[in-house]
Amino acid sequence: MPAFLLKRLIQSIFLLVIVSIIGFVVLNLMPGGPMAQYALDPGMTQDDRNRIAEQLGLNRPLWVQYFDWAGRLVQGDWGTSFRDGNPVTTVIGRHMFATLLLMGSSTAIAVGIGTWIGIRGATHRHSIFDYVATIGAMVALSIPTFWFGLIGIYVFALKLGWLPAGNMYTIGDGSVLNYLHHLILPSVVLALVHIAIWSRFMRAATLDAISQEFVKTARAKGVSERRVIMKHVVGNALLPMITLAGVQLPSLLTGALVTETVFTWPGMGRLFLDSLSYSDYPVVMGLLMFSAILTIIANLIADIIVALVDPRIRLA
Amino acid sequence: MTALTVQPTANRWWQSRVVQRFIRHKLALLGLVMIVFLTLACAFGPYLLPYDSLYIDLRARFAPPLTGEHYLGTDPLGRDIAARLLMAGRVSLLVGFISMILAIVVGMIVGVIAGYRGGWINIILMRTVDGFLSFPSIFLLLALAAALKPSAMMITVIIALTGWMEVARIVEAEVRSLKEREFILAGRMLGLSRAHIMFREILPNIMGPIIVAATLTVARAILLEAYVSFLGFGIQPPLPSWGNMLNGAQQYLASAPWLAIIPGIAITIAVSSFNFIGDGLRDALDVRIDTV
Repeated sequence: MPAFLLKRLIQSIFLLVIVSIIGFVVLNLMPGGPMAQYALDPGMTQDDRNRIAEQLGLNRPLWVQYFDWAGRLVQGDWGTSFRDGNPVTTVIGRHMFATLLLMGSSTAIAVGIGTWIGIRGATHRHSIFDYVATIGAMVALSIPTFWFGLIGIYVFALKLGWLPAGNMYTIGDGSVLNYLHHLILPSVVLALVHIAIWSRFMRAATLDAISQEFVKTARAKGVSERRVIMKHVVGNALLPMITLAGVQLPSLLTGALVTETVFTWPGMGRLFLDSLSYSDYPVVMGLLMFSAILTIIANLIADIIVALVDPRIRLA
Repeated sequence: MTALTVQPTANRWWQSRVVQRFIRHKLALLGLVMIVFLTLACAFGPYLLPYDSLYIDLRARFAPPLTGEHYLGTDPLGRDIAARLLMAGRVSLLVGFISMILAIVVGMIVGVIAGYRGGWINIILMRTVDGFLSFPSIFLLLALAAALKPSAMMITVIIALTGWMEVARIVEAEVRSLKEREFILAGRMLGLSRAHIMFREILPNIMGPIIVAATLTVARAILLEAYVSFLGFGIQPPLPSWGNMLNGAQQYLASAPWLAIIPGIAITIAVSSFNFIGDGLRDALDVRIDTV
């Protein structure tokens, strides 16, 4: 177990280094690169820009600049937003809660419904339910999230008037119920793709678990079928799903970005797009790095949880 | 999926193996027919329609579908949506295909080299794959699209840049399992060059998984193009694409819902057709890869 954790930790750090190199390349591809703020200022002469470039150390070799940049990243100095002058970390922190709330509630929906569909599909293999679920999952994976959001708004907000068309709360009404009311539609929209992914993987994992020897043993002991499925099969099938949850984080963030755009949800995805429109590159870079680091940490945590739960790894 | 699962005896007509196969392949067939139909419609349809995709008629703004000769209605500038949809289909399908080819080529080269050479080269290449996979694709895509001035070709390249990793992973795993096989050892004994073994001996043997991955990559590329163009950072007007036709549709959702509904249906049909084909090919070529 300690050996496994150490190995996994070293891997993650190595991955962080690679991610930071990719990030650094993207940063230098930006118009003006790290000088973007000044490149847009018409009151500056080329001499001024050269002087600033020298002060910022941009005349040094690229690899020195990289270590400088990465070092500041590690120390928590992520730069300053061009738009409102606050540190990037503060700006991201302000928008983090809304995104985490949206991702959390939609993950809960996806896991709940997806697990149920997956188990039912596996236990009722080749039933009509199974076919409809399989085809439905493939179609759900093909629907653009933002379009599903637009259709949702059209039906439930504009035609039926049951749910609000956007925003996180009604101004002047800070009640929890009001938040929940605004949360329903974006969460379901974001969840659709993940219900499909989750149900397909859960179906495969359940089928895999059903064919194991211990299931045969449990049945032979006379354990009721319901108990075999609920305890022995599902318990084991859920184990790889923990890893899947970590792996799916980037696609969840992608979905969150477009969902937030459609529903004017004040989260990190919306911040990312706004910052792009304002050419606020420090925030764009900050969010890019933040999302990758979040993914790496989430994968590490998922692996640690699996290691803690799975006796084959825990006792090794 | 697993060999241990005993096929239950067919007691319902839809449970027989023949029907199952037929249904699965029927979906793939349906997908193929849809793609051929879409491609032909996009290629030749614009010549058959009464309106040009760029013809602006301000008196006919916001015409709902089936008004006169505007079969799918008109947009806020009075342009014919049917004509625009087909022209946009050309762009979206082309972007999907070309970026698939780029992604497959890059993924194949990285995968074959990483799998065959092993050692440090493998570690560095495959960790780079993991590194790219750590970024949410839309974040990377938008940052790159903002950094490099977006032309249609640039968007295609960028989409490929965020889509080659799955292929590399699949190819790497296949190559690693193949390279110890006798015919490869024999090739090495004969003194064939490394490049010859990698690309002439190993590669043809793993075309099955690559073809399946290619089909699913087209689906993904069309979807991603729609995402970035919808957000306004992808294909730029006046060149229409399914994604940028939806850009701005939200503000007319109450008065002209067809602006949002029609291009979305086109995207969903195209993408699910490719997904159906990929699923059918996976069955037909007996490929076992975990891609969703």
